[in-house]
Amino acid sequence: MRRRRILPALLSHAVLAAGAAVMLAPFLWMLLTSIRPAEEVFGAVFNPIPGRFAAPENYARALTEGNLPRAMLNGAIVCLGILAVQLLVAIPAAYALAKLRFRGRGVLFGLVLFGLCVPIQVPALPLYLALAQTDLLDSYFALMAPFFLTVFGMFLFRQFFRAYPDEVLDAARLDGMGEFEIVWRLAAPAAVPAIAAFSVFSVVAHWNDLYWPLIVVTSSELATPPLGILAFRDTESGGNYGALMAGAALVTAPLILAFLVARRAFLRGITMTGLR
Amino acid sequence: MRRTRQTSEARAGAGFALPAFLLILVLLLAPLAALLALSVTDYRLGALTVRLVGLDHYAALFGDEVFQRSLRNTFLYVALVLPGAVFGGLGVALLVHARTRTRGFYEVAYFLPVTATLVAMATVWQFMLHPSLGPVSALLAWLGFGQVDLLNDPSLALGTLALIGLWQVIGFNMVLFLAGLSAIPRELYEAAALDGARFGPDRFLRVTWPMLGPTTMFVTITSTITAFKVFDTVVVLTRGGPLGSTETLLYVLYLEGFQYFRTGYAAAMTVVLLVFLVLLSILQARVIERKVHYA
Repeated sequence: MRRRRILPALLSHAVLAAGAAVMLAPFLWMLLTSIRPAEEVFGAVFNPIPGRFAAPENYARALTEGNLPRAMLNGAIVCLGILAVQLLVAIPAAYALAKLRFRGRGVLFGLVLFGLCVPIQVPALPLYLALAQTDLLDSYFALMAPFFLTVFGMFLFRQFFRAYPDEVLDAARLDGMGEFEIVWRLAAPAAVPAIAAFSVFSVVAHWNDLYWPLIVVTSSELATPPLGILAFRDTESGGNYGALMAGAALVTAPLILAFLVARRAFLRGITMTGLR
Repeated sequence: MRRTRQTSEARAGAGFALPAFLLILVLLLAPLAALLALSVTDYRLGALTVRLVGLDHYAALFGDEVFQRSLRNTFLYVALVLPGAVFGGLGVALLVHARTRTRGFYEVAYFLPVTATLVAMATVWQFMLHPSLGPVSALLAWLGFGQVDLLNDPSLALGTLALIGLWQVIGFNMVLFLAGLSAIPRELYEAAALDGARFGPDRFLRVTWPMLGPTTMFVTITSTITAFKVFDTVVVLTRGGPLGSTETLLYVLYLEGFQYFRTGYAAAMTVVLLVFLVLLSILQARVIERKVHYA
C-alpha cells in the first residue's frame, strides 16, 4: 500500500520540479548575471557561478547610468495616484449600486458590465487626441487619468457590499448616521479584504503596464518602470548585460518581494482579473 | 417619514454614483463615440482639413496586407499559447493540489512570472536566447540543433514569443484551476469510489474533469483574451520582425495610431478589435453565469 503511493509522489515531484526549474530559470539567470563581471559574460567558457563578485559595479551602473531610480519613483507615484482615485470613486458608487435605490442605477450597472470588456487600447486613440489638444500629454496626469475609472473595482466592491447585512445599515440610520458616514465608517472597513485584493491587482497592473505609458510619455523624467528598463537597454547597446540584468532585477524586485510577503493577497488579487 | 427616507436614499445614491457616471462619460462613452466618428474620416493628427470617407477604412482593412498578416499572426499566436496555457495550467494544478508540504513552494515558483514586470523579464529572455551568449542557445547547440537564433528566424520568432507568453500565463491559470479543484466536494470522490472509480484516471474522468468544466471554459476564454492582446514581448523582443512574422494586432494598431498617426484608419482598426473583444466577453459572461449556477 505504502509503496504504491511513493512512486506516483516521486513522479509528480519530478515533473513539478522540472517545470519549476523552467519557470525560475530566467530569474536565476537574471540574478547570476547581475553579479557577474562583464568579461565573464562575454567569456568563451560557460561558468554558471561568477568567478568574481561584480554586484556592486553592476548595480551601481544600473542605478546611475540610466534613469531607473526615477522610473521606479514615477511608478510608485502613478500607481498610488491611480489607486487613490479609483478607491475614492469606486467604493461609494459600488455601495450605491448594491444598497441604495436611485434613478439610473440600472443604467450605471449596465455601463459597468459593458466597460468590463473594453480594455485601454480601445479608448486610447481619442483619449490621446484629447490630451494632445489640451497640452496635457507627457505628464503624470496623462499617465493616470484613463485609469481613474475602474469598472472592475466597482463590479467587485458591489458584489462584496451586497452581502453586507441590511439590518446593520438600518440600525446605523436609526442612530442618525448619514449615508456618507455609513460608506466610509461601516461599509468600507468591512470590505478591507476586497479592497486589499483590488489594490494588489491595480498596482501590479499599472506598475507593469507598457501600452499606455509608451503612448503618452516622451520625456525620460516621466518614464515608468517598463519604459525605464527599455531605455536603459537601448543606451546599454554595447551589451553590458550585467548592468542590464541588475536593472531588470531592481524593477521586478518590489512586486516580487511584496508577493513573497503577502502571497495569499496576491494570489487572490491577481486572479480576480479572472472575473474581468 | 417613509417618503423622506426614500428621497434621501435616492439623493445619496445619485450623489455617490455621480463621479463614477462622469468618469464613465468622459473616459468610456465619449471616447467610443469619437472613435466611431473618427473611423469614417480621413483624420490624421495635426491635419487641418477632415474629409468624410464613409466605410472606406473598413473596406481597406480587408485588403491591407499588413493588417491581414497581423490578424493571422495574432490568431496563430493564440492557437500556439492556448493548449499549453489551459492543459499545462490544469496539469500543474492537479499535481500541486495533491502536494501538502511543498504546495506553497510550487505555487510561488509557477506564479512568479505572473507578478514580474514582463518588459523587464523579456529583456532577460532576450539575453537567455542570445545566439552566442545565451544559455538557451548553448543548450540547443549542445543538443545538436546547431546555431539557432530563435528571435531572428522568421519561422521561429512567433513560436518563441508564444513560449514566453505561455511561461507568463501558466501560473495564473494554475491558480484558477486550484480554486476550482478545492471547490469540488470530497463526497463526490467517495461516491465515485463506491461506484468503482478508485484510481487516478477514473476519478479524474468521472469527477474532476466534469466538475472543472466551467473553470476550464473560463480559463480558456481568459487565456484567449490575454493572448489576443499580446504586445509587450513584441515591442521588447522583435518589433514585429523578422519579416513581419511577429506583427500582431495591437502592435500594428499602435504603429498606425501612434507612430504613423493615421488616426482615422487606426480608429477603424480599433473598432474591429472592440468587436472581437466584445464577442469574447459575451462568451465569458455566459460562462460565468454557468459557473455561478454550478456553485
